[in-house]
Amino acid sequence: MNRINELFASNGDRRILSIYFTAGYPALDSTLAIAETLEKAGADFLEIGFPYSDPVADGPVIQHSSEVALRNGMTLQRLFEQLSNLRKHVSIPVLLMGYVNPVLQYGVERFCQSCSDVGVDGVIVPDLPMYEYEELYRPVFETNGLSNIFLVTPQTSEARIRKIDELSNGFIYLLSSSATTGKNLSVSERTEAYFSRIQAMQLKNPVVIGFGISDRGTFLRATDYADGAIVGSAFVKLLGEADYMERIPEFIRQLKD
Amino acid sequence: MSEYQVNDKGYYGNFGGAYVPEMLYPNVEELQQQYLQIIQRSDFREEFDQLLRDYVGRPSPLYFAKRLSERYNANIFLKREDLNHTGAHKINNTIGQILLAERLGKKRIIAETGAGQHGVATATVCALKGLQCVVYMGAIDIERQAPNVARMKMMGAEVIAATSGSRTLKDATNEALRDWINNPVDTHYIIGSVVGPHPYPDMVARFQSVISAETRKQLLEKTGRETPDYALACVGGGSNAAGMFYHFLDEPSVSLVAVEAAGKGVHSGESAATTVLGREGVLHGSRSIVMQTDDGQVVEPYSISAGLDYPGIGPQHAWLHKTGRATYACITDDEAMRAGLLLTRLEGIIPAIESAHALAQLEKMVFKGGENVVVCLSGRGDKDLDNYMKYFGF
Repeated sequence: MNRINELFASNGDRRILSIYFTAGYPALDSTLAIAETLEKAGADFLEIGFPYSDPVADGPVIQHSSEVALRNGMTLQRLFEQLSNLRKHVSIPVLLMGYVNPVLQYGVERFCQSCSDVGVDGVIVPDLPMYEYEELYRPVFETNGLSNIFLVTPQTSEARIRKIDELSNGFIYLLSSSATTGKNLSVSERTEAYFSRIQAMQLKNPVVIGFGISDRGTFLRATDYADGAIVGSAFVKLLGEADYMERIPEFIRQLKD
Repeated sequence: MSEYQVNDKGYYGNFGGAYVPEMLYPNVEELQQQYLQIIQRSDFREEFDQLLRDYVGRPSPLYFAKRLSERYNANIFLKREDLNHTGAHKINNTIGQILLAERLGKKRIIAETGAGQHGVATATVCALKGLQCVVYMGAIDIERQAPNVARMKMMGAEVIAATSGSRTLKDATNEALRDWINNPVDTHYIIGSVVGPHPYPDMVARFQSVISAETRKQLLEKTGRETPDYALACVGGGSNAAGMFYHFLDEPSVSLVAVEAAGKGVHSGESAATTVLGREGVLHGSRSIVMQTDDGQVVEPYSISAGLDYPGIGPQHAWLHKTGRATYACITDDEAMRAGLLLTRLEGIIPAIESAHALAQLEKMVFKGGENVVVCLSGRGDKDLDNYMKYFGF
């Protein structure tokens, strides 16, 4: 059981809120302070993005944050250095999220080891193929106590969702629509049918909805169908403001109550 | 099954694969499951062959370049892809993919383009088939390649500027992939080179393989042998080279020479010599050789030729490089420009600067005399006139 499993095991009826932000944005060393502030403000778990030069699944807001972070000098090596004191400051679950190429260059085994050393609980690498994880990397993830999180979209087949459920050991990341990040969630009948379809599958893993969750309304609608929801672009947008640190508590409060 | 062709899991050795986020998985899976079945169907073959013949103008001639041959002391043959409709080999692939898209019931086509040749070839087949066409092009390339932008627009395509990152081909490809993520059901993405997730590298190579299929027949007629001693082609992503090499891969007597762009010098910091400067990594959905930092951030390449200005190569090329089946050379801007002018003066053919890189490699090769050498003249130089004029001060 890592922190992710414990969180979902003990949550009861609570709607879980996760926040995504890009490491090294807006400043190279802002990562840990933002994480700490988010926990105090009431976020339930965190996804820290490590930047990549070619983020094809991301919309303009997260693309921009990645560009700035890279210009600031953020690398995986730096991020792990910054997170070396993570568990002195932050107790909620933390996941790292990013693209596969920086992980391959860092070395998958070394990456998992570094995650474990600093107290990271899970990893989301959307362009790591499922069969490569299964064939090559699963043991090293498991040895290091890491949850590998898979994405599911409205187009993902039922058989594949079952397979993902079998391979997952943290939660399943349900995309509200097939889209790049930063689009607004509009819950149409079709989206509701899709959410309900997933709900009815009674997956063994908790389900967390992401993409398009930007305010209280979309957070509530998503968590009517899932254990939790993730806010990304809307929060990264806030980090672009000069007084972002003072505004984080209010941002979380208006989402949660 | 050739050890140089894609295996049933979508890999060439350890290269290739489909490194795509889940949002693209259904699109890619649909192609993986259907592409072979569709392109081997007789209705597909017939229409493909008929369009290549009557619309593109194939077979393209295999021209014996007499004066060039005298200069290099070998029998130099030029595979004249420059004579194709729209002026380059790119149309072979877009014809194939538009027929595939039609059979998959797609209504909307997207593409990326660097210099605009693939964009024009895509806009052309969309006009031919009456399908909606959106082309992503780096904002910087839109400025540099105004005539091709005009051609695409005239054919009814919408040209969207990629304004992220370096605003060139790599970023245009990112934007096209984002469009595909956001339009997963009705849209087909026509990738222009042998790059991208499986099955694109294999699919594009198959459509381009007409180049070497014809070359074999034409060589037999002209030399009495189906195979040359050398086959040369330039490589950006590597689609004309993949087509030129395709039917010679399992003929060990044929030396395959791929020519990358060394820009202002391989180690000048302004180069696109991927096999020299790159390391194994993932770019645009496949594992290959990629120009990147130690941290895995993709580096911006440079070449005077916009078509070779790409920080990776197709996964099959990475494998041919690793196994040593093909030799990867590189040619600087200056060498390519001189070779372009030389062909113009000796044979009356103005080559695309991309193709001029392959021609420049002849200068570096030593022939005994009598060897048969085929160079893929992948495109014509009309689009490059400004560049030639400026470079030589005409």
